[in-house]
Amino acid sequence: MKLKYFSAPYLVWMVVFILVPLLMIAYFAFTNDEGGLTIKYISDVGQYANIFVRSIWLALIATVICLVVAYPVAFILSRMDKHRQGTMLMIVMLPMWMNFLLRTYAWMTLLGNNGIINHLFGLIGLGPFKLINTSGAVVLGMVYNYLPFMILPLYSVMEKIDGSLFEAASDLGCSSGKTLWRVVVPLSMPGITSGVTMVFVPAISTFIISRMLGGGSNLLIGDLIEMQFLGNAYNPHLGAAISLVLMVIILVIMTVMNQFDPDDQVLM
Amino acid sequence: MKKLTALLGTALVGMSLLSGCASEVPEEADEEEEVSAAQTLTVSDPDYYTRFKGQNLSINVYNWGEYISTGADEGTLDVNGEFEKLTGIKVNYTNYATNEELYAKLKGGGAAYDVIIPSDYMISKMIKENLIQPLDFDNIPNFSYIMDNFRNMAYDPENAYTVPYTWGTVGIIYDTTMIDLDEEDIDWDLLWNEDYADQILMFDNPRDAFAIAELMEGFSLNTEDPKELEQAAFRLRQQKRIVQGYVMDEVFDKMGAGDALIAPYYAGDALTILEDNEDLNFVVPKSGTNLFIDAMCIPSSSRQKEAAEMYINFMCEPDIAYANIDYICYSTPHQAAYDMLDEEVRESPVSYPDSDFIADKTTVFVNLSDEANLKMQSLWTEMKSAEDENTNKWIAPVFLVACVFIMVFVLIRRHIKNKKDIF
Repeated sequence: MKLKYFSAPYLVWMVVFILVPLLMIAYFAFTNDEGGLTIKYISDVGQYANIFVRSIWLALIATVICLVVAYPVAFILSRMDKHRQGTMLMIVMLPMWMNFLLRTYAWMTLLGNNGIINHLFGLIGLGPFKLINTSGAVVLGMVYNYLPFMILPLYSVMEKIDGSLFEAASDLGCSSGKTLWRVVVPLSMPGITSGVTMVFVPAISTFIISRMLGGGSNLLIGDLIEMQFLGNAYNPHLGAAISLVLMVIILVIMTVMNQFDPDDQVLM
Repeated sequence: MKKLTALLGTALVGMSLLSGCASEVPEEADEEEEVSAAQTLTVSDPDYYTRFKGQNLSINVYNWGEYISTGADEGTLDVNGEFEKLTGIKVNYTNYATNEELYAKLKGGGAAYDVIIPSDYMISKMIKENLIQPLDFDNIPNFSYIMDNFRNMAYDPENAYTVPYTWGTVGIIYDTTMIDLDEEDIDWDLLWNEDYADQILMFDNPRDAFAIAELMEGFSLNTEDPKELEQAAFRLRQQKRIVQGYVMDEVFDKMGAGDALIAPYYAGDALTILEDNEDLNFVVPKSGTNLFIDAMCIPSSSRQKEAAEMYINFMCEPDIAYANIDYICYSTPHQAAYDMLDEEVRESPVSYPDSDFIADKTTVFVNLSDEANLKMQSLWTEMKSAEDENTNKWIAPVFLVACVFIMVFVLIRRHIKNKKDIF
């Protein structure tokens, strides 16, 4: 029972820097400038339904792409010999050592009308294509920045799958496709759920990626919230209301997500 | 309205961007002059400045990024260092990137600043909300250097709260190799010209963007009429189709790299961009523009008002004012500093348009009413979030169907699982 006391620092941290701010957001969302109770701001959020839909949509696409790309990578990684795994993991992690802003900024110059990619297309007589300031560029930015967050949890779960299970499966007449579907996928489900959470949640609330790669015309929820606090509008109540609605949406989506977990583990 | 020019990207593209203005005097003469200025800095009344010596005071100065001479480049003056040396008052100097950031900080009450340098419309908003306090001009004798036409501006009609620091105009930067037009013919409609579709950048803040649309419509830049705002928003929506992106600081990179051909921007920053790229030109349209003024103020929460006034007075010392304006390339409202500038700069139509143009064709922003601000903001959000027609229709239904599908799937799964568990 003594162990309980060791968690005290984190508990204090949690209360002061997570719980209290959450309550403050709720307070701001339901009050007006005079401090009176109101649901005006919450209902105002409805105006921005299309921005919500777009954010969820783009984040969803990015998450699916991340999953599709990361799954085989994580599997291959987990089946390598231990020595090479370390090296490969480092390569996966390498981009994360660099500043997030800088990585996104680099894409800006790569995708520009006179950027490197269009320049290369120009050499073989194609283009220039409109690459930057499109929703595609925003999704690309999300996938690029959050891919490691998908690979790592998948890898750490798959690494623990005993290789003899595959032998047993094929021994019992499973084709390789069936092995994947009946053995690998169910066993890696916890990795999938946590990977999806770790990609989807930051992707849906990002604002710097859409600003830099979306050219300011692909407004996401993050941009909208930022505008309420640092933009001309300065409306912390509306900003808090939007944040609150966003949190509820994420909560719902994550609850649905967790239903896929075979052991009903809650991974939030 | 100096933007955060020190932003990562700019720094990457080239440190040389930050090193000086487009129209700088020949190197040797300049350095000689400034070195001597640094050595024999003369102030009007040394006794005035030494009042607080030895009292261990400190003041918090909150300014735009890259908006003061820091002495980082050789031969320039370290303004804050000189102030500390002279007065014994320590200066805690920090930066902000937007007026709104400054406002949010002050409004939140988290920090006590003693000197801030907001822009015109923000000043009138702060005066209205009692966030800044009236100055004691007896403590700021150097206010006498401020030119008459920069006193009693619309944002501070009695001139009780502010001492102007810099000013400038908004104009158009364009690529002369691709746009073959006389300077005289360049007007705001260039930003709506379909021939340059996808090559046009636009301000990413509603006030500046609306101002351009309002100029084209012939409305006042401070209009609060909802009809006029809607019409301006309509113009911006028309423009959206041919706009490559809505940007602020990114203008530096995009124009510098040739990614775009046309962009509206602030005169001082534009000169910095021009210096690095010979193909670019900057024109202030003859039909009129917005004149912005950044002025020094003291927040109501300041605990060192007299020391803060001393700092403001120090900033208005001719040598100091000159060193600052020479470094940041904006235009100065300070008569003595203006007189010290090189003739080439003084005659420049970009930095110092003739006074008739300023009087007749430029407008200074004042703060809009809450309703007008809200209206502008919602029109802006609406304009920016409006999608291309072809995508809008199916995103929502597909998303809903997917949600329903997943829910059904989950429920069925649960059901099957629960049945299994019975055995």
